Amino acid sequence: MKLVYFAWLRERVGVGEEEVELPATVATVSDLFDWLNSRGENYQEALKHPDVVRVALDQQHEGDRNASIAGAREIALFPPMTGG
Amino acid sequence: MSVTPDVRIQCEDFDITNEISKLSAGRGDVGAVVTFSGICRDEAGSLSALELEHYPEMAETEIKRIAADAIKRFELSGITVIHRHGKIKPGENIVLVVSASPHRHAAFDGAGFLMDFLKTRAPFWKKEHRLDGSEEKWVDAKDSDDSAIERWE
Repeated sequence: MKLVYFAWLRERVGVGEEEVELPATVATVSDLFDWLNSRGENYQEALKHPDVVRVALDQQHEGDRNASIAGAREIALFPPMTGG
Repeated sequence: MSVTPDVRIQCEDFDITNEISKLSAGRGDVGAVVTFSGICRDEAGSLSALELEHYPEMAETEIKRIAADAIKRFELSGITVIHRHGKIKPGENIVLVVSASPHRHAAFDGAGFLMDFLKTRAPFWKKEHRLDGSEEKWVDAKDSDDSAIERWE
């Protein structure tokens, strides 16, 4: 599975994208946050304010932290958008 | 006839007159065209540029979805959305919406609706670069942008 990060989340994590093998126990968006937090200080820094982090599953907004990530090929994490 | 939105994400600037013509020239069904231009602002005079990052695969899909909603909701004759990315200097264009319809209210509403949803749903992020070389800073999202979409509910 591919994880992609944008803006200050990308800067804090230190990479724009990465391929990961998720453990079978990681079933929801919330599980993914917990798993990322276990991977190092850079992830903890990026997810320090989890409520502001936005998530997209295969390029679709997903606002529910309990949503299943099963089958997703690409998960994006990013701050609130400031376009326009 | 179904109307397809024209959505472009690009580095280059755009020509507003040309984009209006593309939506209205040679058509008898368009009675109103409204354009919205979003321009890089620098009230303090200290900004060297805004750098716009985006999520390419999602930005186009998301704007197309919002534009298709606008077409359906306001029965637009056409809509064009161009959003730039990369470094943009004060006074330069960032985004363009051109909304066309038989009558003016739908064209105004179509452009307003598109921009309100684009602000909170389209994956773009602005970073400020200062003239004095101080640390670059990501622009914070505004609560007022979140509440702006409530008027369409």
